[in-house]
Amino acid sequence: MKRREFLKASTASAAIASMPWNPALGQARRDTLLAISENGPNNLDIHGVGTNRPGYEASWNVYDRLLTFGVKKDAQGQDHYDYTKLEPELAESWNLTPTSVTFKLRRDAKFHDGTPVTAKDVKWSFDRAVTVGGFPTFQMRAGSLEKPEQFVVVDDNTLRIDFLRSDKLTMPDLAVPVPVVINSGLAQKNATAADPWAMEWLKGNTAGSGAYMVERWVPGTELVFRRNDDWKGGPRPALQRVIWRTIPQAGNRRALLERGDADISFDLPNKDFNELQGNQRLSIIGTPVENALQYIGMNCAQPPFNNVKLRQAVAYAIPYQAIMDAVVFGRAKPMFGGRPQAIDASWPQPHPYTTDLDRARALMAEAGFPNGLETTLSFDLGLAGLNEPICVLVQESLARIGIRTTINKIPGANWRNELLKKSMPLITNTFGGWLNYPDYFFFWAYHGQDAVFNTMSYKNPQMDKLIDASRFSNNQAEYEGLVKDFVRLAFDEVPRIPLFQPFLNVAMQRSITGYRYWFHRQLDYRQLVKA
Amino acid sequence: MLTLAIRRLMAALPSLVGVVIVTFLLTRALPGDPAAYFAGPAATVQAIEEVRQRLGLDQPLWVQFGNYIGDLVRGDFGTSLSTGQPVGFELATRLPASAELTLLGLLLAVVIAVPAGMVAATRPNGWFDQAVRVTATAGVSLPTFFTGLLLVYVFYYILGWAPAPLGRLDIFYTAPPHITGFYTLDALLIGDAETFLQALSQLVLPALTLGIFALAPLARITRGAMLEVLGSDYIRTARAAGLTPTRILIVYGFRNAILPVLTVLGMVLSFLLGANVLVEKVFAWPGIGSFAVEALVASDYAPVQGFVLTMAVLYVGLNLAIDLAYGLLDPRVRIES
Repeated sequence: MKRREFLKASTASAAIASMPWNPALGQARRDTLLAISENGPNNLDIHGVGTNRPGYEASWNVYDRLLTFGVKKDAQGQDHYDYTKLEPELAESWNLTPTSVTFKLRRDAKFHDGTPVTAKDVKWSFDRAVTVGGFPTFQMRAGSLEKPEQFVVVDDNTLRIDFLRSDKLTMPDLAVPVPVVINSGLAQKNATAADPWAMEWLKGNTAGSGAYMVERWVPGTELVFRRNDDWKGGPRPALQRVIWRTIPQAGNRRALLERGDADISFDLPNKDFNELQGNQRLSIIGTPVENALQYIGMNCAQPPFNNVKLRQAVAYAIPYQAIMDAVVFGRAKPMFGGRPQAIDASWPQPHPYTTDLDRARALMAEAGFPNGLETTLSFDLGLAGLNEPICVLVQESLARIGIRTTINKIPGANWRNELLKKSMPLITNTFGGWLNYPDYFFFWAYHGQDAVFNTMSYKNPQMDKLIDASRFSNNQAEYEGLVKDFVRLAFDEVPRIPLFQPFLNVAMQRSITGYRYWFHRQLDYRQLVKA
Repeated sequence: MLTLAIRRLMAALPSLVGVVIVTFLLTRALPGDPAAYFAGPAATVQAIEEVRQRLGLDQPLWVQFGNYIGDLVRGDFGTSLSTGQPVGFELATRLPASAELTLLGLLLAVVIAVPAGMVAATRPNGWFDQAVRVTATAGVSLPTFFTGLLLVYVFYYILGWAPAPLGRLDIFYTAPPHITGFYTLDALLIGDAETFLQALSQLVLPALTLGIFALAPLARITRGAMLEVLGSDYIRTARAAGLTPTRILIVYGFRNAILPVLTVLGMVLSFLLGANVLVEKVFAWPGIGSFAVEALVASDYAPVQGFVLTMAVLYVGLNLAIDLAYGLLDPRVRIES
């Protein structure tokens, strides 16, 4: 380390010999993880208004939930959370019946301030999640967790959840980042009459029982965690400290990793991940993001894209391979050139379209547009690194079948607003669901309830019937049949054209092991080891 | 002197009022919708309305403006939605970071550009003059983020001389206690040489980036002003009287050329506060510039308003300081006023 020598030398030459170089620093570096990212959290409370994704990461490591997911090896031999396996975190055991589930809590679990975790805290936290509105309430509702009356304190260590309906998402929904258990005594002490749920206080303070405690938070700059040596929710984590710094510039994030100064980062462009693959000192892991797709969406509620033939023509005119090569540099799973039918009940799976301009032109004529048409192609400027090259390639290719597009760049702050208006004719966007079920994806993205994620305003009663039936089906064979049917319908009618399944990429020093992929796409410090 | 200061401050009041009104209206005219942004990706129309109500954005514009002015009078700048902190607190902690960086950058520029300009003026169009011109022009033509990245690439990535561009301090140092907010100064004040050196080493590259940007105007104006002065009668007289060239150059020449240099210095400083935004991004510097840009991207009104208002106050203060400095340096200004 030349810098250290330089500093050492200059310290000495400044005749401050009484200040020896701190030898504890070297030791501290070995026990500390330095994670870097483009943005830091804006709120440490996952129930907060507008808490951003980095905020989820802070919450995930500081708080516990009743349940968590197990682990499996993925196709590349990497650790991958296992959504089929629910494991205890704050709960010790549970008893599932058709109408309710009863959790026994760990008796030895304590919050960071030393107070024991009780069923009362769990109830307060869940009541909070279903009451405060916005994202947490929405996510709880996805698992049919809607009313405070559902959460019943049986005794200090026992909590029962009564079901409103039989929903296979209820149990997994208790293991996502939202249903955290908060120290209700501490939070209530800092609540006010106007703010009974302590939303203000928990923004910048934590009241959890998780594996890490917040040592220092400088918003926009850094967040420092210290290990909670009393953690009972799982095996003791290896890392003593985690320092998470915000480095806004992508080139510098790469330089810091390559020089060995930073340990781990998700936030690099695909091109950099691709180039770093040959680096001897770094390991690069790319995991396909479950249940997520980048797609081209067409507005089915208005002309011209309410015309199925025209949508199919567009699907035959997308330069799929060029996007794979020039935009994502191969770091994604291709989603084109599959069979006309669904091969199994999985999602995502490749659709049958390929780049075939002759067929696209024929379909254009059939659709009644022999002379082509003009439209706009919109994208979110907040993700311009990915969206802009996709749009340029699509624009170029569509021009060859007579569809002349103007590219419309929409600032990040305005993108959701524009999506909600459902008036953009042609867009590229990405959507992923936390819970890995095809019917969950389709319920949000294809169902006629017209949720914001059904960006195409696609409405088809037949589709709705299939999706609704599959959500509450208890028969595996019937369920798989329904999934295959709605996947096939989505292929035939192509309201949205999947391009690829994105990867969650991470670059880290070779000395870091134990990385695990999580559906929430944030870093879990608890399994990481620094050699 | 005092009356001049008061008169100048009074004259600045209307512009400050104007700034408050214009920034309020401009932020509202931005295309983004903060309610939609902060309601999160899964928001329904109803959820967005709820957030809008909670943020008070459903009120008519004049009510919002009234609330804003009321808060401002009480010294409350509002809360930043993207960092979750009060804007006043953010500005107070981030302003010293920006100021430390900008002032050091300016100092570097002055130390290099002013002597260079003076020497260049002694032999106009000589090789040194040409070299100064080329260097300065190159410095000002390169965008600051590019110079910054280039410096990081060469001095950190390739050579390994500079510390990692991780912000104001290496991760294993804690900030010195808050006295002035300048880490280098505070570390010196408490006698912590190690932290001082660390903070200084983190400052070098970003300050150099800003300094390079500011070289050109300072060197050019020094050269121009010196050329004019050196051609004047009193310099000829001084030469004829046999004074040493150094004495002529510095005491009689530079003293008289300093006014335009000072004017440009003021302009350059305001310029640098703006150029800071990009440099802060490159070096992960937690200053007010990067804060304002992030807020702008998220349509986060309160920080943008707070930032523009702070900058306006700073400009007013800066202009006042320069006017007063004129009076100190040039007796003619004192007499005229």
